[in-house]
Amino acid sequence: MANYYTETPELKYHLHNQLMRRIVELKERGFAEKEQYPHAPQDFDDAMDNYERVLDIVGELCSEVIAPNAEGVDHEGPKCENGRVEYASGTKVNLDAARQAGLMGLSMPRRFGGLNFPIVPYIMAAEMVSTADAGFENLWGLQDCAETLYEFGNEDQKMRYLTRVCAGETMSMDLTEPDAGSDLQSVMLKATFSEKDNCWYLNGVKRFITNGDSDIHLVLARSEEGTRDGRGLSMFIYDKRNGGVNVRRIENKMGIKGSPTCELVFKNAKAELCGDRKLGLIRYVMALMNGARLGIAAQSVGISKAAYDEALAYAKDRRQYGKAIIEFPAVAEMLSIIKAKLDATRAILYETASYVDIYKALDDIAKERKLTPEERQEQKKYAKMADALTPLSKAMGSEMANQNTYDCIQIHGGSGFMKEYKCERIYRDARITSIYEGTTQLQVVAAIRYVTTGAYLNLIREFEAQPTAPTFDILKDKLKDMADRLNMATNQIVETKNQDLLDLMARRLVEMAAHTIMGHLLLRDASNNAELFAKSANVYIRYAEAEVEKHMAFIRKFRDENLADYLYAEKA
Amino acid sequence: MNYKIVVLAKQVPDTRNVGSEAMTPEGTVNRAALPAVFNPDDLNALEQALRLKEANPGSTITMLTMGLPKAIEILKEGLFRGVDSCYLLTDRALGGADTLATSYSLAQAIRKIGKFDIIFCGRQAIDGDTAQVGPQIAQKLDIPQVTYVEDILSYDDKKVVVKRHIDGGTETVEAPLPLLLTINGSAAPCRSRNAMKVIKYKRANTNIAIDAMSDEEKAFFKTRPYLTINQLGAAEIDADPNQIGKQGSPTNVKAVKSIVFKAKENKTLTSSDEDIKSMMSELIASNAI
Repeated sequence: MANYYTETPELKYHLHNQLMRRIVELKERGFAEKEQYPHAPQDFDDAMDNYERVLDIVGELCSEVIAPNAEGVDHEGPKCENGRVEYASGTKVNLDAARQAGLMGLSMPRRFGGLNFPIVPYIMAAEMVSTADAGFENLWGLQDCAETLYEFGNEDQKMRYLTRVCAGETMSMDLTEPDAGSDLQSVMLKATFSEKDNCWYLNGVKRFITNGDSDIHLVLARSEEGTRDGRGLSMFIYDKRNGGVNVRRIENKMGIKGSPTCELVFKNAKAELCGDRKLGLIRYVMALMNGARLGIAAQSVGISKAAYDEALAYAKDRRQYGKAIIEFPAVAEMLSIIKAKLDATRAILYETASYVDIYKALDDIAKERKLTPEERQEQKKYAKMADALTPLSKAMGSEMANQNTYDCIQIHGGSGFMKEYKCERIYRDARITSIYEGTTQLQVVAAIRYVTTGAYLNLIREFEAQPTAPTFDILKDKLKDMADRLNMATNQIVETKNQDLLDLMARRLVEMAAHTIMGHLLLRDASNNAELFAKSANVYIRYAEAEVEKHMAFIRKFRDENLADYLYAEKA
Repeated sequence: MNYKIVVLAKQVPDTRNVGSEAMTPEGTVNRAALPAVFNPDDLNALEQALRLKEANPGSTITMLTMGLPKAIEILKEGLFRGVDSCYLLTDRALGGADTLATSYSLAQAIRKIGKFDIIFCGRQAIDGDTAQVGPQIAQKLDIPQVTYVEDILSYDDKKVVVKRHIDGGTETVEAPLPLLLTINGSAAPCRSRNAMKVIKYKRANTNIAIDAMSDEEKAFFKTRPYLTINQLGAAEIDADPNQIGKQGSPTNVKAVKSIVFKAKENKTLTSSDEDIKSMMSELIASNAI
């Protein structure tokens, strides 16, 4: 049987990354549950074996069920009738299969019915689901919300809701409103506390809500009357069983058509507060978004994988001028670039996921006992690195998924423009990844501070100190050179103390940092496993070097007076 | 109602992907060259059993297989999907059995396992393609049988109503419990393994294998009784030595031939009137048209 997991050895490589031992140790609390649950691991190797076995199930389900349904789901799409969403028939089959396979609530603790999986294997599953059908990944991946509920809900809420998520109920996060997109501080959905009923009621409209007719919603609403900013917002749990929320319409989208994007009307919808009042946006949604961004990075890598598979198969199969088109360097180059970008974005994805795993596990332990000073330091270090790498994973992953699907169509030629080929759907599906859960431009806003404070550069210098295989010394030199250029360019911009100039150059600087970091990760991977990664390391680092050079040239040659050409000013 | 369900399954060489090395020069199946898999129709049977169990909480599924010790793998596949307990019938004395000896051995094992309401088995196995073992078991247990079943339409504590695949359509059949159903390959495909169950049951082993382990390992299995698969031999099923294995098998395979279609069996025709005329007369002569 076809199986995405066993057929992609790169995944197994990343699953067995060097931080895993520490992650498992923290996550399993020294294997404290081994006598308590039949599905708790006995030791590290046992835990890794469990992850592999479950990823094997996911891989098979993706190849055998979700991928074959993708085209039908794309054509049929969901429907909205009488305020409810009806999924496409293939989506229903996928959901049932995922539930039966026990793939909902993977990362939740065992006491709620989960498997207590770290984020690395969970994200790996998300990548595969996305390769099979990026639209379905949205529904499956919204189990992410459970993570936020677990972090900030009370024990009673966790027991009531997380058990249901683990049993297969779906979730949604209801944030966006017609006038509050990127700027969530403007959320107006009103939450009113009723003394009489001792509960909250929600009233208002939400828009662009993925899987908006889910069973359990996390809702951002204004609980503090008279406020206008983020500090007046709280997070609520709405249970569909209580009623009060109807789907007014679903959007007709360009891609991920199987995933219903809903406009919701809240009419006296009974809800309960999650966590503390006023922390809805500033604390909880920020946490939720970070998880969701990693999810979109995984979705993007999954799409790149699909693009690579389709492009490779077509280039081998299609013959012109008496030979397969893959034999033409112009085509082969496109393929090698797609693969290099796939491997680079995947490397930063799992690097980020590992960092998140360590600090989140320590956060969780801190709820049970006081952390030791060493643990506190470890927690801080990885939290900072995770926060720094998450916007890079999301921005680069999604932009490159778009580039890869573009090249995939290019390799297909005219056929790629036709609906008959899968690449056309993948291309449409990719487009949203650089927009939702924070546009690339917003990722740059989140990332630029790590450029200016030198955090990325410090990380890069740490990578430089790691031993790598001598065969790749030439690549290492290139990377050092790239880091120097990043440093030079950053200094040049920062020294001007011109905020407009920094904003204008931010994306270039962030990309320079990202290319260098991803280059280092691929260099490390190629040193560990040349067979899997040497080609991509060579191709990617040469590509990255040219990109860094390009940005460097632009920044170096930029004159202060050029700034006016790029800034908008109303003509007098 | 709580149904006591038995599922019969067989581990078979994967004859669906036959290469040139599928047969030995002696004309027997080259088992070493073919991966051992869960017989496809038996997976359809397992799915029907799981659906019945799910719709009737409290029902139990016991899975039984006869084969080499490595056939434990398919029993574990059952556990990974929701089977409650398993029996592995394995014994050198049972080897070389034809369908008659096999059905006798399995019927004896089912008697040993105890009371049942429904036995599910696949329509046929892809290694022998006889479709005889299921029906013979029903005969030996003296219970009704419905073959080629595609779906179970309704059920109560006395009977089931099933949809049966026939040439050119389906028929609806009602039959009393207890009974045996053979499930057709056109029935719903089997579900995927369940993540939690795979982790829970991955170490499942036979009581015989566990007995041979170190004390420490034995202690592990003792505290987890769900990991023990019951192994049965000819003695445990009270088998009559004359009815099992080669001794109990009247079927003799005289020869197995690997047939390769030769090029000369094809004929190339041009569009000339002459060629078309000759083809017409040939087809008329052979009563094809």
